[in-house]
Amino acid sequence: MTGFFTALLNSLDIGLLLFVIAVGLNIVFGVLNVINFAHGALYMLGAYLGFSVMAMLGWPFWAALVVAPIGVALLAVLIDRLVLRFIYGREVTDSLLLTFALLLILNESVRLIWGSGIHVVEPPALLDGTLELPGGVRYPIYGLFVIAVGGVLVAGLWALFNRTRAGRIMRAASLDPEMAQVLGINTRAVVTGVFAFGAWLAAVGGVVAAPMRAIDPGMGDKIIIESFIVVVIGGLGSFPGALVGALILGLIHGLGGRYLPDVNLILPYIGMAIVLMVRPHGLMGRPGAS
Amino acid sequence: MKTVLTLVVLAAILAGLVALPHVAPYYYIFLGTEILVLGLFAASFNLVFGYTGMLSFGHAAFYGVGAYATALVLLHWQWPLLACLAVSMGAGAVLALVIGFLSVRLDEVYFAMLTLAFGMMVFAVAHQWRSLTNGSDGIAGFLTTPLLPGVDWILDDPAVYYYVVLGLVLLASAVLYLICRSSFGLVLRAIRQNPERVAFCGINVKAYRLAAFTVAGAFAGLAGGLMAPFLRVASPDMLHWSMSAEPVLMTILGGAGYFLGPFFGAAVFVLLESWITDFTDAWMLVLGILLALMVMFFRRGVLGTMLDRIRGIDTAGRP
Repeated sequence: MTGFFTALLNSLDIGLLLFVIAVGLNIVFGVLNVINFAHGALYMLGAYLGFSVMAMLGWPFWAALVVAPIGVALLAVLIDRLVLRFIYGREVTDSLLLTFALLLILNESVRLIWGSGIHVVEPPALLDGTLELPGGVRYPIYGLFVIAVGGVLVAGLWALFNRTRAGRIMRAASLDPEMAQVLGINTRAVVTGVFAFGAWLAAVGGVVAAPMRAIDPGMGDKIIIESFIVVVIGGLGSFPGALVGALILGLIHGLGGRYLPDVNLILPYIGMAIVLMVRPHGLMGRPGAS
Repeated sequence: MKTVLTLVVLAAILAGLVALPHVAPYYYIFLGTEILVLGLFAASFNLVFGYTGMLSFGHAAFYGVGAYATALVLLHWQWPLLACLAVSMGAGAVLALVIGFLSVRLDEVYFAMLTLAFGMMVFAVAHQWRSLTNGSDGIAGFLTTPLLPGVDWILDDPAVYYYVVLGLVLLASAVLYLICRSSFGLVLRAIRQNPERVAFCGINVKAYRLAAFTVAGAFAGLAGGLMAPFLRVASPDMLHWSMSAEPVLMTILGGAGYFLGPFFGAAVFVLLESWITDFTDAWMLVLGILLALMVMFFRRGVLGTMLDRIRGIDTAGRP
């Protein structure tokens, strides 16, 4: 029974981290109508930058958690202004091709700068070790921290979109960019801001994930495929969809890894295939919403 | 006049390809084989991308499965090479039918994501299913068999294998060309330009997309099957998404709007790769930068832009 409880916590761990990545993908898609294939590479860049801030500058984990995502967001502003601006207003194909090219560029740059080896980040002393939960389950404190960060981001993002002016502007720009512009919103700035915000979220996910998983040049590929599965299961462009999809995939990993280790690898794809056949637009998506 | 010119140019290229092993240094036989096989791979991708208007980021799945099919049949049963290649085509087609069935239902954005995801699923399976695929080492150590029973060409001789590849790629390209020119190909092009209107004409768009995807999978499988005896290995790298990036770049380089664009792009790609890897091993970085620049500024491709200039078409248009 305690094993089952641990597996559930693992699922929540994986699921909430996936939510942070997938929701960034969704937000960028909502406003830019671009699926950013380089989103996973930005997550990886966050982890590597965080690693360098800690290992080379000797700064604490908390400083890395602040600095690395800001660095990645600034890079995203540059990418938007120097590269993506060429394809706004063109066919969807061109944006897919261009972010795919960015994926190749960022992946290889990371390999050139940091090498192909694995890097390890230690959790901060405050979050090191395990904690005994009521019911006699021992769980790493850092895992609980990840769950807490995920929970805070779920609540924070929900409040951002539903309770603040910035969130309403983003939603307006995604629903009808021309109308938003007519009403005096600088949609160009919104586009850049949203792209940078998506990158910031991905990088936060990268830094938070770093002490839990090894940092290696393949981590971006892994997370982007998982995020695609999440948005397909949940429904592309849907905020609750990203949460539901991420939690389902988390459960598939957490419970599948424990009870069905042989086929664990293809379980997410089977889940995605079932959703595609039963509800092609995802559990929370609407036809025509994408 | 222009069709005569086209025929002359094509005849000259063909003569050059036939003469290559006799006039060029040994090294170029290898490059030539690679260009032909990857050109076929890219041309099969372009049936989906350039003709039907669906951007796939998982085309290496069919190429890689074709490579594994030929390698496995050679390793376990030593069938004649042509039979192995038929198995490769079948494997590519069946896999494309399954992945396509799930991927062609929604719009282009979904299609790009799903093909990448399912492609990586195949990669992950090849990596993990050690008893069949030998994991990350791949399938090696198989011996080449005769093309057909009784044909005693020595396929281990690179020049002989080059001619076999040349013949089969020409044959496959001719079939692919006829498919593109047929009424089937015409419907595909109509779907690319306006799927809604085609659907209103009473044509089942999804079925046509799935058919195009399956045919493309078969030819990608053939390309993979030809590559395995050449490389003497079938490895998971051939299934990875970075392998799927190659036909994308080749097609964009050459130009998606022309049948020969992908072949032209493959030639530029392979020659560039062999030249650049002398200086740096960051070939993927060059590939990415090249793809970005092509998409930003030369969307019609090198061959496409040249031909458009000759024909006086406004190059700002879409392919």
